[in-house]
Amino acid sequence: GEKEKLNMKQADMRGTKEKPETSEDGDDEEEVNNDGEVRPELLSPEELEKLKEAVDEKKKLIQSLRGKPWPMKQKLVTLRESQLFVEKYEGALGKGKGRKLYAYKVMMTKKWMKFQRDFENFKIACIPWEMKIKEIESHFGSSVASYFIFLRWMYGINMILFGLTFGLVMVPEALMGRAYGSIPRKTVPRAEEAGAMDFAVLWDFGGYAQYSVLFYGYYNNQRAIGWFKFRMPLSYFLVGVGTVAYSYMVVIRTMARNANESGIGDDNSFNFSWKMFTSWDYLIGNPETADNKFASITTSFKEAILEEQESRKDDNIHLTRFLRVLANFLVLCCLAGSGYLIYFVVRRSQKFALDGLENHSWWERNEVNMVMSLLGMFCPMLFDVISTLENYHPRVALQWQLGRIFALFLGNLYTFIIALMDAINLKRKEEKVVKYNITMWEATLYNGTGSENSTAPPITIHPADVPRGPCWETMVGQEFVRLIISDTMTTYITLLIGDFLRAVLVRFLNHCWCWDLEAGFPSYSEFDVSGNVLGLIFNQGMIWMGAFYAPCLPALNLLRLHVSMYLQCWAVMCCNVPQERVFKASGSNNFYMAMLLVILFLSTLPAIYTIVTIPPSFDCGPFSGKNRMFDVIQETLESDFPAWFSKVFSYASNPGLVLPFILLMVLAIYYLQSTSKSYKEANVELKKKLQMVIQRLDNF
Amino acid sequence: MDYTNEPDCKLPLALIVDMPELKENPFRNRIVESFSEDGMGNLSFNEFVDMFSVLSEMAPRELKAIYAFKIYDYNVDNYLCKEDLEKTLNKLTKEELTPEEVELVCEKAIEEADLDGDNKLSYTDFENMISRAPDFLSTFHIRI
Repeated sequence: GEKEKLNMKQADMRGTKEKPETSEDGDDEEEVNNDGEVRPELLSPEELEKLKEAVDEKKKLIQSLRGKPWPMKQKLVTLRESQLFVEKYEGALGKGKGRKLYAYKVMMTKKWMKFQRDFENFKIACIPWEMKIKEIESHFGSSVASYFIFLRWMYGINMILFGLTFGLVMVPEALMGRAYGSIPRKTVPRAEEAGAMDFAVLWDFGGYAQYSVLFYGYYNNQRAIGWFKFRMPLSYFLVGVGTVAYSYMVVIRTMARNANESGIGDDNSFNFSWKMFTSWDYLIGNPETADNKFASITTSFKEAILEEQESRKDDNIHLTRFLRVLANFLVLCCLAGSGYLIYFVVRRSQKFALDGLENHSWWERNEVNMVMSLLGMFCPMLFDVISTLENYHPRVALQWQLGRIFALFLGNLYTFIIALMDAINLKRKEEKVVKYNITMWEATLYNGTGSENSTAPPITIHPADVPRGPCWETMVGQEFVRLIISDTMTTYITLLIGDFLRAVLVRFLNHCWCWDLEAGFPSYSEFDVSGNVLGLIFNQGMIWMGAFYAPCLPALNLLRLHVSMYLQCWAVMCCNVPQERVFKASGSNNFYMAMLLVILFLSTLPAIYTIVTIPPSFDCGPFSGKNRMFDVIQETLESDFPAWFSKVFSYASNPGLVLPFILLMVLAIYYLQSTSKSYKEANVELKKKLQMVIQRLDNF
Repeated sequence: MDYTNEPDCKLPLALIVDMPELKENPFRNRIVESFSEDGMGNLSFNEFVDMFSVLSEMAPRELKAIYAFKIYDYNVDNYLCKEDLEKTLNKLTKEELTPEEVELVCEKAIEEADLDGDNKLSYTDFENMISRAPDFLSTFHIRI
């Protein structure tokens, strides 16, 4: 830890010659060696060429020195030799051909490389929570730590999303848009004014919280705001699209990197060798974990030996099959039941909303969110119990469990969205009525002060008194924010009760209890890696879904992840014990990424659907007054770009051009996939040939 | 031990394996020995840095495979013979397996990985086997 870092820093400051680095260190005192023994003017062009090649070779050697398995002394000697050689001849090479420029270029390249290296060091030093993760790794092994590394990675993504929404959407509107209270959409309606500052209302994201930059409805549809004409609606739309695009890019890039690193091998051909050489986790530094690890390795060897010695006899295969079918049937019943329950509850809450929310208790008002959170807590336990019927190998059982929990969360989310769609349609009908009422209201206003043709003084109505349309987009944003908050609260409370309280009870009641609480029934809980990772993934899915309608969501999520990191790190060190069956972290890594990708796709679908099909509200949000939200692009093309640009664009968006393009891309994907398959096969063939050649050489 | 005036001083094996990162590792002695020049486990500062550099997250797979081979090669003959495997297994399981079980496992491991049929694993055999292992990079890693 700290001691090593300090030592390395000292070495860095004292003498850079002691590190096998690229050639820029230690060279600054001898810039260009003018008196080399070789006079380049006397060399013929071919010899000059050869000298240049030799210098390049030495440079390549210096670059790759870090990856060579030589002992340090040899590396250092080679490094010094190569550096001297390069210095001597590099400067000399430039003689006679603009030598000064060449030397200058060389010096700049060296300085640039040094700067890059310092920047890399700085970036690595900035990585947060490294010590925390190391402590968890040494106590719990790499699989539990992989959850925290995943959390940290998510935090990074949310940081970028937050930067985009905050910097390009919230701040411009707050600074350059019209102030609070100036237009109707930015003011709390007169009817709600009395309770707008109450804590209960604010916690529910109504009142002043609703009429602020946090939600869609506050934004004005003015095309350009501020003195440098910031295009607000365009920015809102592009940030919405950009967050999704960025997320896709990051997830796919990480998946590709993971796929590259993990071997392309088959699972069973090196069973015992892998168990022997890769089962010990070098990260473990805690004696209790080490004991656990030894025990689990021994058990795993004994299991493998047993499997190897016995022949596979499956005597009750019909019973097993029947039990498995029964288990799946039960699980399907559970999923259907939970889906129906959510639908029922959402319908009920709509009825409550129509009656007026004040007449109902706290439970009835927050029913939907509580039910969803409770289902998410209890159903996985139920699935766990059902899976004991199935009698699978533990790794297979874990995958089934993850798949089922995934289906549960997905079903719940989509039922929630369908219910939300019903609510949106209701609001839109309401909007029509309100629009009609407004025209009537405006007519009465003008009628009261004479005919419209006269030069009547403009009627000033306070913005709070203008009748307002129901802003369905803000409602959607609010629903998502409420869901995330209740989900967070449920997670933290389960953590405190399920882990902390349990640990406290087990520790202190153990003295006066009949059976050994620590070894027997409750005992300390293990950290549920897969459950937590799934929770994180679904949380992120909800952020992606709701971020377009509530720009405050990434900020909220950032806060939540920050708190989660500290809370869960503390909880895991304080209340959990290392797992008994230690699972491989690596195989699941791409599995989690794949799930994240699926969730990303599924959560952007509803948002895209609403953007493309539903017309925006007429009096709130940056797209009010338009026919469809994406009309803002059309408008920008027409007004801000030269005429030929929009013509080109209209040609490019012609379906006759788009369809063949899509077809071409599909063909390209197919072609690339088949070439990659053939490369893999060629790879295998070459490896086999290499082995045969080596055998033949060995035999000599 | 004055590092400033004598930069070539070496730390003894007993001191290094007491580090928290290495204390619980069953292979700690072999790890330190394979990075030391004299083969006895006394590391100079450069070799110490080299050790942690190879074991870090960013070292390439091939480099790690080379050093893993050196670590598991107890008798330093450039082959992983049956005795080397037996010693590795006993360290891993703290000698909880019976001798017959140890025998079986070592035989199976050699059978799986040995390509040239000499009943011991050369570096090529080992590298071929370890390059396909999905866990190798994540377990052969020490974070400092």
